[in-house]
Amino acid sequence: MQRLLRGVRSIHLAHLLRTGVHLDACEMRDKLKFEFSEDNRRRVTALLAWYPEPEWKGALLPLLDIAQRQQGWLSISAVHVVAETIKIDPMEAFEAAQFYTMFFMKPRGKYVVSVCTSTPCKLRGGDEIFEACKKTLNLEHGQTTPDMQFTLKEDYCMGACVNAPVLAINDDMYEDLDEKSLGDILADLRCDKLPPAGPRNGRFASEPKGGPTTLKSHPPPPGFMMQELPDPKTNKCQ
Amino acid sequence: MIRAPLVKALGALGSPTHQMASRAVRTSAMVAQTPAKAPEKIEVFVDDIPVQVAPGTTVLQAAAQIGVEIPRFCYHERLAVAGNCRMCLVEVEKSPKPVAACAMPVMKGWRIKTNSDLTRKAREGVMEFLLMNHPLDCPICDQGGECDLQDQAMAFGSDRSRFTDINYTGKRAVEDKDIGPLVKTIMTRCIHCTRCVRFASEIAGVDDLGTTGRGNDMQIGTYVEKLFLTELSGNVIDLCPVGALTNKPYSFVARPWEIRKVSSIDVLDAVGSNIVVSTRTNEVLRILPRENEDVNEEWLADKARFACDGLKRQRLVAPMVRMPNGELQAVEWEGALIAVAKAVKAAGGQIAGISGQLADLEAQLALKDLLNRLGSEVVTTEQGFIQGGTDSRANYLLNSTIAGLEEADAVLLVGTNPRYEAPLVNTRLRKAYVHNELQIASIGPKIDLSYDHENLGADAALVKDVCSGGHAFSKVLEGAKKPAIIIGADLLERADGAAIHATVAEYCKKLKKPNWNPFNVLQTNAAQVGAFDVGYKAGAQTAVKAQPKVLFLLNADAGKVTREQLPKDCFVVYIGSHGDNGASIADAVLPGAAYTEKQAIYVNTEGRPQQTLPGVSPPGMAREDWKILRALSEVVGKPLPYDNLDELRNRLEDVAPHLTRLGQLEAAGEAGAAGASKSIGGGAIDIKLKELRDYFMTDAISRASPTMAKCISAVNKQQRENEAKQSVAI
Amino acid sequence: MLSIWQRREQMSHFSCQSVVPKMAAIVRFNLLTKPHIGAALPVSLQLLRFQSTQAPPPGTPPPQTKTKFGPLADEDRIFTNLYGRHDWRLKGALKRGDWYKTKEIVLKGPDWIVNEIKTSGLRGRGGAGFPSGMKWSFMNKPGDGRPKYLVVNADEGEPGTCKDREIMRHDPHKLVEGCLIAGRAMGAQAAYIYIRGEFYNEASNMQLAIAEAYQAGLIGKNACGTGYDFDVFMHRGAGAYICGEETALIESLEGKQGKPRLKPPFPADVGVFGCPTTVTNVETVAVAPSICRRGGPWFASFGRTRNSGTKLFNISGHVNRPCTVEEEMSIPLKELIDRHCGGVTGGWDNLLGVIPGGSSTPIIPKNVCDDVIMDFDGLIAAQTSLGTAAIIVMDKSTDVIKAIARLISFYKHESCGQCTPCREGIGWMNKIMTRFVKGDAQPSEIDMLWEISKQIEGHTICALGDGAAWPVQGLIRHFRPEIEKRMQLHAKRASN
Repeated sequence: MQRLLRGVRSIHLAHLLRTGVHLDACEMRDKLKFEFSEDNRRRVTALLAWYPEPEWKGALLPLLDIAQRQQGWLSISAVHVVAETIKIDPMEAFEAAQFYTMFFMKPRGKYVVSVCTSTPCKLRGGDEIFEACKKTLNLEHGQTTPDMQFTLKEDYCMGACVNAPVLAINDDMYEDLDEKSLGDILADLRCDKLPPAGPRNGRFASEPKGGPTTLKSHPPPPGFMMQELPDPKTNKCQ
Repeated sequence: MIRAPLVKALGALGSPTHQMASRAVRTSAMVAQTPAKAPEKIEVFVDDIPVQVAPGTTVLQAAAQIGVEIPRFCYHERLAVAGNCRMCLVEVEKSPKPVAACAMPVMKGWRIKTNSDLTRKAREGVMEFLLMNHPLDCPICDQGGECDLQDQAMAFGSDRSRFTDINYTGKRAVEDKDIGPLVKTIMTRCIHCTRCVRFASEIAGVDDLGTTGRGNDMQIGTYVEKLFLTELSGNVIDLCPVGALTNKPYSFVARPWEIRKVSSIDVLDAVGSNIVVSTRTNEVLRILPRENEDVNEEWLADKARFACDGLKRQRLVAPMVRMPNGELQAVEWEGALIAVAKAVKAAGGQIAGISGQLADLEAQLALKDLLNRLGSEVVTTEQGFIQGGTDSRANYLLNSTIAGLEEADAVLLVGTNPRYEAPLVNTRLRKAYVHNELQIASIGPKIDLSYDHENLGADAALVKDVCSGGHAFSKVLEGAKKPAIIIGADLLERADGAAIHATVAEYCKKLKKPNWNPFNVLQTNAAQVGAFDVGYKAGAQTAVKAQPKVLFLLNADAGKVTREQLPKDCFVVYIGSHGDNGASIADAVLPGAAYTEKQAIYVNTEGRPQQTLPGVSPPGMAREDWKILRALSEVVGKPLPYDNLDELRNRLEDVAPHLTRLGQLEAAGEAGAAGASKSIGGGAIDIKLKELRDYFMTDAISRASPTMAKCISAVNKQQRENEAKQSVAI
Repeated sequence: MLSIWQRREQMSHFSCQSVVPKMAAIVRFNLLTKPHIGAALPVSLQLLRFQSTQAPPPGTPPPQTKTKFGPLADEDRIFTNLYGRHDWRLKGALKRGDWYKTKEIVLKGPDWIVNEIKTSGLRGRGGAGFPSGMKWSFMNKPGDGRPKYLVVNADEGEPGTCKDREIMRHDPHKLVEGCLIAGRAMGAQAAYIYIRGEFYNEASNMQLAIAEAYQAGLIGKNACGTGYDFDVFMHRGAGAYICGEETALIESLEGKQGKPRLKPPFPADVGVFGCPTTVTNVETVAVAPSICRRGGPWFASFGRTRNSGTKLFNISGHVNRPCTVEEEMSIPLKELIDRHCGGVTGGWDNLLGVIPGGSSTPIIPKNVCDDVIMDFDGLIAAQTSLGTAAIIVMDKSTDVIKAIARLISFYKHESCGQCTPCREGIGWMNKIMTRFVKGDAQPSEIDMLWEISKQIEGHTICALGDGAAWPVQGLIRHFRPEIEKRMQLHAKRASN
């Protein structure tokens, strides 16, 4: 019985704690009007040309992205406009918008700080970076500061594991962080200045720290080790 | 909106690719699995029993051929294959891992093991995962006793739970959603089989349902808290393998083992859907569909399913006679019959009868026989039709047949909205649209049919244009292999209805193909075809014109006849089940039985006679309609020559032998009324049932149903919200 | 992301090296349409003929004579601008030999290109390791009027993996040229490069490179002056690891939720927009031009037989200098770490274990690492897999249970929720693993966890379920005492 009760309680707790993005988007739906800007309309037209006409639906993700960039987040009216643009049912667009983690269905901060805490980053201090961010920004995962400057996210794998630990601010990645460089970055952001992206420990990219062990010589010139290519007209393929 | 573009693209190709393409776009597997040519069969072994199957048959179907049932949740033969529940995993010899039987086409020589260790282990594993987050609330779950999950957990599950985390973090809980007045959701019970989503987008043609979120947080939901409103929404209750979607009006009413089930026929539209009436203690509790491939497949329209609570309200439970003070007063049967007989005798043959929407064939025949004996020939249907058009059956039937429409490749709808007049005819059209590249055009107001169609305009003159072969759509019809023109029954009530009918009938002679009659009338009343078959004339006005001294209204509740149109001294007798329009103008009310309370034949719009069976007995003093007429004939002194149903059916066999061959279809001849004028007057064609809100209340039973009233207010509320939203947003 | 996908092919390949093609291979062939079987048939014939010691047919890699593999000489490296030291744009790329005689290669035609790839022994670099030449040849059946598409899988997101990022930001022209050549090999009319949404800057570089190539007439109408029309489009994802699975990627490209499709039909029959499609990893495509220029035998000269070529390795975690490096296949793990990464932190003896191929491959402990060889067969022998060759090194300071638990929570987060074992099972594993980290569990639950992982593995629509099950299995296989110790500790603390 005790066990059963506990199970029931946890259901109720979960029920209370659940506040889906669903509802937020819903609340906002009446209050916002969305229309692609002139520039973006041109982008949309260009994008649609990449997909065969009956398959315009393929442009859904890029279009949602454009809408999100224009609005800062993705309101339900924006989803609706995108659906209309590519002539699909709003539910289909809505399903996709809910599925992909890069779409924010509620307003977010100007700077979305995503800290990777996946295993490779964790091994090199990703957790500490995330804790430091939480402390500095005074936010928990998924929260936004009241001044709408920062949103903090704990994220999984940015795809820059050899430069761990990594955090992303909007589209840029900041790599090889330690607490000091993180402090600098956040300080810059507080002054509304986006620092240049890239590694913070003197590396240029993904080469070993202190200089590459390979590719020290100049790349070979065109045609280096090129095999003979007999003229296809005289010598048929094999 | 889903449609199979690939099927078109690959139409010319061999069947294997065709099948694959169809599955890829998630269309129904059924069509895909009927290749054009009969290819060679291949042999596979199911549990070492050899089976010959057509190429492209899935493992699950191959097993079913020898009666081996493979458990499944997401698979449904009328929906696209999703393959997501994984319950149907079976071992195939030499395959390193089990395959999903519902989705995997068999290959020659495969040895399928439906009961091996690997198979059982896979099933147990999936079952354990499904139960892990499924609440153990079977005692309070309405699905209990008819739950796929419950049954299969008994058969394939473990007898104990290993889910120790119940002591730590507990199970997943999901907020319930309000998706309308018909379907109750308990989303925590959902096992994400997506049958409902697939039904909505494939069969019902509304993309309102979908999945949001992902992984363990995935939920089934509607677009931003929208209601799931469609004329077919109830079917998701049947489809749901667990208790996540249940019947809202029926919630906490009864357990499946307490109820008695009676196979019957729905009469709230002219489709004649096969139903099962569930009853307990002389009360109809719910109505479920019964499978009939020729009529309703296994679906049921919402009105047929949910209007059954109208059977308990507004019922006439005692005979009544209008007193001199104008009040109807309940009397004993004897008194009522004597009062009616007195009026009948005084009328001296100036008697007429009008049969309404819900009248059964037996009562219609008895009324006609009685009036004939009394010297009157004036028996008519309440709903109009073209004059003189009832001689040939083909004139008023859906000649292409309901199942046949699935094969049509060009359809013209004239003044009809099948979506609301006959939802299950519309699903056939939609099926043809999705799988058979059906091209559809309509003449009439702009309507939403749940599939793309071309609205040619509303002007009646367009009928002439199309039928003269000059219209662009004429080319489509003439080029089609199986063209069909469907005329709405209401349209033929127009003054130029006969001209429209004749014009279309003439054109259909040209479009005719061997074994294919393109001429169709879509009836909306379950009683209409039967009435014409036994010799009723069309239109209440015919009866009014006769200015009868006594008028019998047999279930005639559409309000087509008013007191003002009748002679002042006309004695109106109403025989029927509900206190509706008919009873309100009657001088004598004789309470009849509703369709769940009698054994009676109804003939559907394609001319298929089917019978209802009594699930409960009529309330109070109400009696079966034909028995009332039989008793009356006795009192009048012209007794009808049948004392029981068998004798009545024998009489029916004399009149219309095809109507006693229940369930069977008799091909009708060619449509066309002799000497009809072909000058179409023009003017806009209108349709009564344009929107969903018009659908719910169309007859005495559904008008009495509180559930149907709730549906209408839900639709209105959603509409108001949409309008408010638009006015703010734009 | 790219690592665990197409496991069916992988498994079939691993298990059917010789004699008879085993079940999975049969499954695959049988499910294909007739023309397909025609395309595939010569492969099995090849095997037979090869065994009967006749002259090998075209497309057979030359026999390997080397016994020591790695290090690779700089002149043999394909990705010469891996570290972005040089100009990545067209001008710089031309200087490094990209787009050199591409016209001639394209004009050699599909058969020639596919043969070069077959000769090179190139196996898919996305994780499954399906032979690329064979995969591309599936597309070369007689057309039915539908266009064909090449889809490049650049949805790299598997923890540990970051090789494609370097190609896209520093050598994008290799990929564009690869698209043209691979596209020609399969008669595709266009390539879609599906880049994960988080790679915004990488996508910008890619887009710029594509624009440059269009401008220079290298792709587009009459690409390189060959008379062959070929378009390259870029499509950004929006944050879903599952879209690295080929059919989920196709769904996503079609503007739907990234939920994997059932196979059959395989993408080569019904892929993106309902047309025949091949989905290939970035690295696979990007090495194709170099293989065609230097010849298949050159590429085959690296690495052991059936594991040939060069490969980008990502070494992350507890090494002194984490890096991405191009090395020869079959290089010993220890040499790779010591030579390029300055060794494990605290020395080789401080090594606890290594995840050798991205998060979905099982972990191997130090004693296995000592002499394991980094190629497909070598890691299979060690009960793990090469995956994407993303090596995550853990030294003795690591809480290995937590490290694996983190991976499981990643998989839980990325499960699409479509099929039951993955949706429910991974969530459950995650719950258990979370408790294992604290030790708040019974030792019997270790076996239960093993069984649950087995209940997921092989029972799902796509390979994400497998990818989540393997790390757990690796952990239990090699670190069971560690888990038990923690439980005892927790029990002791709880009773005090």
